[in-house]
Parts: sequence; structure tokens; C-alpha cells
Amino acid sequence: MSTDTSMPLAPVATREVGVGTAAARSGARSGMLQNAARAERPRVSRVGDVLLAVENVSLSFGGVRAISDVSFDIRKGEIRAIIGPNGAGKTSMLNVINGFYHPQQGAITFKGEKRREMRPYFAATSGISRTFQNVALFKGMSTLDNMMAGRTLKMKRGLLWQALRWGPAEEEEMRHREVVERLIDFLEIQHIRKQPVGKLPYGLQKRVELGRALAMEPELLLLDEPMAGMNLEEKEDMSRFIITVNQHLGTTIALIEHDMGVVMDLSDRVVVLEYGRKIADGTPDEVKRDPKVIDAYLGVSH
Amino acid sequence: MISGASETQHDTIPKLLLRNGDIYGSRPAFREKDLGIWQTWTWSQVLEEVRALAIGLQNLGLSRGDTVAIIGDNRPYLYWAFTAAQSLGAIPVPLYQDSVADEMAYVLEHAEVSFAVVEDQEQADKVMSIVERLPRLKKLIYGDPRGLEDYDPADLHALRDVQRTGREALAADPGLGKAWLDTIAAGKASDVSVMLYTSGTTGRPKGVMLTHANVVVSGANANKFDHFTPDDSMIAYLPMAWVGDHIFSYGQAFAGGLTVACPESPETATEDRREIGPSYFFAPPRVFENMLTQIMVRMEDAGATKKALFQYFLGVARRAGEKVLDGKPVPLGDRLLYGLGDILVYGPLRNRMGFSNLRVAYTAGEAIGPELFSFFRALGINLKQLYGQTEASVFITLQPDGEVYPETVGKPGPDVEIKIEEGSGEVLFKSPGVFLKYFKNDEATASTKTPDGWVRTGDAGFIDANGHLRIIDRAKDVGRLNDGSVFAPKYVENRLKFYPEVKEAVVFGQGRDFATAFINIDLVSVGNWAERNNVIYASYQELAGHPEVLKMVERRVDDLNRSLASEPLVAGSQIRRFLILHKELDADDGELTRTQKVRRGFIADRYAPLIKALYDGSRIASISVEVTFEDGRKGRIEGEMAIIDMETYPAAAPAIKEAAE
Repeated sequence: MSTDTSMPLAPVATREVGVGTAAARSGARSGMLQNAARAERPRVSRVGDVLLAVENVSLSFGGVRAISDVSFDIRKGEIRAIIGPNGAGKTSMLNVINGFYHPQQGAITFKGEKRREMRPYFAATSGISRTFQNVALFKGMSTLDNMMAGRTLKMKRGLLWQALRWGPAEEEEMRHREVVERLIDFLEIQHIRKQPVGKLPYGLQKRVELGRALAMEPELLLLDEPMAGMNLEEKEDMSRFIITVNQHLGTTIALIEHDMGVVMDLSDRVVVLEYGRKIADGTPDEVKRDPKVIDAYLGVSH
Repeated sequence: MISGASETQHDTIPKLLLRNGDIYGSRPAFREKDLGIWQTWTWSQVLEEVRALAIGLQNLGLSRGDTVAIIGDNRPYLYWAFTAAQSLGAIPVPLYQDSVADEMAYVLEHAEVSFAVVEDQEQADKVMSIVERLPRLKKLIYGDPRGLEDYDPADLHALRDVQRTGREALAADPGLGKAWLDTIAAGKASDVSVMLYTSGTTGRPKGVMLTHANVVVSGANANKFDHFTPDDSMIAYLPMAWVGDHIFSYGQAFAGGLTVACPESPETATEDRREIGPSYFFAPPRVFENMLTQIMVRMEDAGATKKALFQYFLGVARRAGEKVLDGKPVPLGDRLLYGLGDILVYGPLRNRMGFSNLRVAYTAGEAIGPELFSFFRALGINLKQLYGQTEASVFITLQPDGEVYPETVGKPGPDVEIKIEEGSGEVLFKSPGVFLKYFKNDEATASTKTPDGWVRTGDAGFIDANGHLRIIDRAKDVGRLNDGSVFAPKYVENRLKFYPEVKEAVVFGQGRDFATAFINIDLVSVGNWAERNNVIYASYQELAGHPEVLKMVERRVDDLNRSLASEPLVAGSQIRRFLILHKELDADDGELTRTQKVRRGFIADRYAPLIKALYDGSRIASISVEVTFEDGRKGRIEGEMAIIDMETYPAAAPAIKEAAE
């Protein structure tokens, strides 16, 4: 093989995964190749310091209180899930994190720096990218162009150079195209590279959107219901991509998801919101056993 | 057999690689699309890659006689793994990449594989999940490292690393390269080159052992037959475990120095074909069927001008296209129109399908509808049929250029002899491609290969007046009518199904005086007709019983009978009486298999009263059967069906048949 296909996916750390390969699932084995199963290493080695802290954040729209006094943190390298019943304020929370909304009270600290009110554009340049609950792609553009759009912030040549294309701008485009092509290869969407995304099935659109978010090479990736409306196979694929992104690119991920199986399998820690308040925070096992969470999801008998 | 110094010198695949590296050194051998860009390896680069891989594999302990499993989509490095193994005297065993682990276990176990070269994590996981059943497996080598970095590397190696160690060893000890050449020189044409497991519709897969002579000579003969040169290219997209791919993309490519392009992924094969524009192409009939459907669907959406243009020139093509292709005389007007059509319609269409550079396309595997076949030929695509099997290294018969008849599978290929066994009608052949034996299955070998060197195909057929072979059915399915004439139900059913109005047909006649048929109409095609002719209907049953529909089908059956009469062997299978079933045959009711094959025995039991009516001379038959709805509820459908008597025609002598054509 003439090119090194694994380059952007250099290993960062490893861990046992719940969703994934047959080898990971099957237990002890005998004979040759018996040690080929994934090496198990403690989780702590992968998860680092606090990357983003949410402190006593409250957000209201007029008289409606979307988030009241919520605090939690996201550590470097972890998969952090935000769950809760409908209207709990999950998407608002993501919007606060990526700077689209500015909370009336409380503070967001990202990479040790307290966030001031700013445009999402600056959040993006600082290393946060996201996908949306309702796919937000440029429907008329091809998969490739959508993903190249994710590189816009990294393109340094000005309009004049871009218009000329020839020379430095072309060289720059080729460099970015290569990054995007590796992502296309990673996400297994070669066959739709040149197709307008509006025509694609929903599951593939979600994958393209993930690709565009990844094209920004974010430090923190926010996924708003990445598996909504997907069938089982698409969910498995998406889980595999999320795990690989987290493990091999070392990207920190915060996700909102309603499929509890996926959430419990994927995430390191889960924060549970209800009516804008935090009602639980901890590992999937802790959260699953929390009576308040059970009440929130199953209702309380009166 | 073959003659000429070059062939006898280069009588194994590794020797051919050395020759190609020598004489075609700077010509492209393999292409693969990677990160959206076509990468090319010349024959001398391939030689270097294979040598590095071979030395690396040798270092890992691969030696003569070992078997090496190869699992993955068509990738250049997997083809190189074949050659690398063969250069060491090891035997590659390709497996179908979409098999589940359990299916692979049997072949891996039976073939006693000690090395496995796989494409990626998916395949590696499958092999590792059954590793306890494979005590002989020593090493697993993978091409794409993604997801595999975290695995314990003890017996797992990246192909790239194996090649690197090979290169390092070569650099450290130049004698290794010499020793490698000696190993290749020691290889004989009679050595086993590959084991291909036949999927087999019944029983366990059998490992067909092909020698180097089988693969090399079959490849060279096929190249000669269609005049392939190193300028020709093809796209390898069918499973590597299938004999066709092994002979076309490997045997023929190495024997003739052709270029093989591997698609980026299975999903992109069609797009990649457009970019490559191969000159040699193989596809099973369903691929051509899909292409036709796609063209028709897109033409439906086209503007009025385009549509009119397409329709008009399609008419011209139907009239003149095949004659132009076969070099037969065509009136000047048609020839000019066809030339214009080629610029305006056929050329762009061929380009759309990736056939702009196409010289030869083959189809095989199942019967192809004559209309479908003619459509492509009329567009100037030299589509031909061949007949072959794994045991023959593919080629038994092929249609030569200019002698293409849709109902036949062609004439015996170069150096191939065929004969039809008296009585059973089974086709037997002798050829340079005849397999050595089945691996560890002498019983099956003995029942397939006769003592005097003929191989039983298991298919029944006959040779027509033009010397072309026609296959009628599996030999075991061919029966007899009471008068002793041959009754070939599947052949007749397939012929019926080629009519657009007929969706499914079941023909009876085994041990009876004459043949009869149940017919299912095609709701799409007949429904379309009904719409155009203001025929109102509420259900399948109502449409199936419509007198006009009956008449339409009757005309088709009559047409079929006339055509069968012209084929001496199957003239007895003409349909004497038929009826149109009141319900569609359905897998939910057990009448079809899940792969949509007719379950003849079950249908005969279920519809016994109808069969009785077909043979007792009644004009009307009625029945009530239980049906299963899609939600699992059961109900009954009752129906009365008219039985139509057909005229049959006397079997024609072969000479008249020629005149009729």
C-alpha cells in the first residue's frame, strides 16, 4: 500500500468497549491467537483533567426557565452523556456549552478560561464542534463539499487566493482535501462522496454531519441525538464511529441520546436533567440505580 | 494443449509474474482507488511487492504445501498474497468475504489453513471468533489496521509489517532473493495453485483443487479467444473466492499482462467502473437487469425531447444494432441512422454505464432473458454468454464474436471437447482446465470425473444445428413424459418467465402424457396494460381471470410451443394445457423458497385438484386454498379458473430450424 491510511487515527489510549467487535465481546478463548482480544486497561489512564466546567448555570427565555443552577464538568478524553426526559433542557445545555446561548447566571470554563459572551463562531475556532438534533447540512451540496465546509475555519488563504485557486490556495485545498478524504474513508461513505446530501437516507446524513464536525478536528465534540431515527444497524455503526473517534483521535465527546442502551454502553459518566435541574450525575451504573432517575423516567405513583 | 516456448517456460503464476515484471515492467498491473485517487502499480512494482510479502511470510514460517486462507474484498494486496503464497509453494484458499464466521469455520477447518490473510478488522474478528476450531492456524495477517491496533500482536501481523520485514531481510541478505527465484523455478505446472470451495446448493462445500496449468492455460486460452492484449483492462469486483474472478482477474491478467482495477469499496464499484472504463467486463444477468431498470427509470424522468430521441433511436438499435455488431449486412439508411444514434444516444448511454472502452462483456450463472440480452447488444455492447464451472477453471463454452444466439451458451472454448451423454442428456467435457480433484473427497471426485478423463457437469443440454450448446436444466431435474420424450420443467418455466406478462410458472409432466402449466401473471406489467386499455380490476384474482389477459397469455404460450417445436430435444415439453392461478405464489405460503425459487413438490400437493383438472380434460377448475397474510393471519382464497387447451407442433428437423432463424 502506498499511503498510510491510519495516520489521523493514531492511537491515544485504549479501553474495553461495550459496543463493538466480536473479539471484544467474546470472553476467554483457547488455542493460537488467544491473546488477540482487546487489551484491557483501566479507564483512568484515558480520562484526564477537566476540559470544560459548567458552574451554577441558569438560563431563561423571558419567563421560561430552561436551566436552573446546573453544575457539572467534562473531563478530557471522556464520553459524557446528558440525558433526561423531553423538555429537560438538554439541547439548551449544549447550546450553552458551545456558546450559542449565554447563560444569565453562572459560568462556563473551557480549557481553564472563563467564557465571556461570544458568537458560536469563536466557540468553533476554540475547538468545539457539534452536530444537530435535526440534521443541519447544506442539502444541495455534496458530501465532500459539506465536509470541506467543516475545514473553512482552518483555511488561511484569503478570498483573492481562493478565487485564483492556482498556487498556494490549491496546495492548501489539497491538504484539507486529504484530511477530509481520510474521514470519508473512516466513516465508510466513499460511495456518497459526490452525491448531494439532501437525497441521502437519514442515517447517512447523520454520518455526513458527524464527518463535517470531525473535519474541524475539535477537542470537544457535541452530539445532539446522534442516533435519533436510526435502525439498529445504523446505531451500531454510529456507536463504533463514536468509540473510535474517542479512542483514536482522543476527542472528548458530550452527547445527548435517548437510547438508554447506547448511553449506558458508550459513556463514562452521565448527567441527568429534569425540568432544567440536575437530578443525578455519575457513572452509568450509579445513575441507573438512582431512585430520582427512575422516578423521572418511569413516573412516580401517587 | 498449448504450444510455444513462452507458455511452457512460464507455466506457473509466479513464473508469469517474473515474466511480466520483465517484459511489461512499466505497464500498469493493478489499480486501486484510495482516498478518492486511483493508485497504480506497474508489473515491476507488483513483482517487488510480492517478493517482499513472500519473504516476509517465509520468515513467519510459511512453507511449501501449507494452505493460506484469503478473505476480503478485491484488493491488490490480497491478489499479491495469492502470488506470494504460490511462489513459496503454498496453496491459497480464498473464502467468500460475506460469509458469517460459522460458514467460514467449515472451509478453514477442512482446508487445514495455517495462515490467514484478511482485509480488515471485520474479517479478523470472524476468524478469531472461531480460532479454537482451527488448531493449525498459526498466523493472522491483516491489510487495513484500523481498529486492530489495540489487539495483542503476538500472532497478528499487519501485512505492511510483514512486507517490511521481508524487505529488511532481502536487504540484509541478497542471497534470499536468489533463493526465492529458485523456489519459483522449482514450481511445476502440475502443482496445485489454488483451492476454490464451491458454494454448492446441496451438502457441504467441496474444495476444488486447480493446478497452475489449469489456471495459466485457461487464462491464456481465454485471452487468445477474445484477443486480449496488455492494453486491456478490467474491474475486479466479484468475490475473490469465486472461480470467475480467479480466472478473469488473476489467471487471465497474469497470463496476458492485463490491468486489474479494484474498486474503492463494494458500494462504489459502479462509479469506479465509469471512471476506469474497462475493456473486459463480467457480470451476472441481474447486474445487467439493474442497469436496464436504472436507464429506463431515468428516461421516464427525462424531458420530452430526450425521451422521444431515446425511444426513436432505441427502435433503430433494435432493428439494426445487433446486425451491425455482428458485421452482418444492414440497409444503408439504417446504418446511417445507427451511426447518428451512436453519437446521440448509444455512446452517451455506454459512457453512463462505464462501457465506453468495452470490447467484450460476458454474462453467465443463470439464464438471461433474450430481450435484456438483445438490449445491450443493440446498443453496441459486445455482450456474450459463456458456460462454465469451477471444475473446468470456468470455460466450457463461449459465444464467439459474430455468432451470438441468445438461447445458447456458445461453442466449446479453445482445447475444450464436449459430449452429451446418451439417455440422460448430461453434458460432459474435457479441457486443459479440468480440476485435479476435490480436496479430501475422493468419493466426489470419482463420481464427477469419469475414468477416461471426462467431467460430468450435472447439467443437461444439447448441441443445436449451429454447433452451439444449449443448457436445459440440472440433469437430475430433467424428467420424462410417458412417451419417453425429455421433459425439462425448469427450461420451459424460464422460457415462460422471459415473457413480460409472466411472473412465475410451474410446469408439470413428469410421468404424465403431456406437459401442463400453472402461470402467475406479472401484476406490474399486466396492470400497466390494463391501465392503458381501460380494463378495470380490483384484485390480482380478477385481473388474472380477465378474458383478454387469458388471450394474451395464450398467445405467449403458443409462441413458446412453436419455439420449443424447433428444438428437437425439448419438443415434447410443449405446453398442452394451462391455467392462470388465482393467487400469486408466495414464500409466506411456502410455495416459493425465500430466494424465490418454485417449490414444485409442495405446489403439486397443495394444488392437486387443479392438476387433476389439467389432466382430466375439464374446462374449468376450482379450488380453495389457505393463505397467510403479511401480518401472519390466515384466510382462504377460492377461485375458479379456465383451463386453456393449446395446439402443439410437431418437432422440426434441425434443418428447418435454421431456415426459421
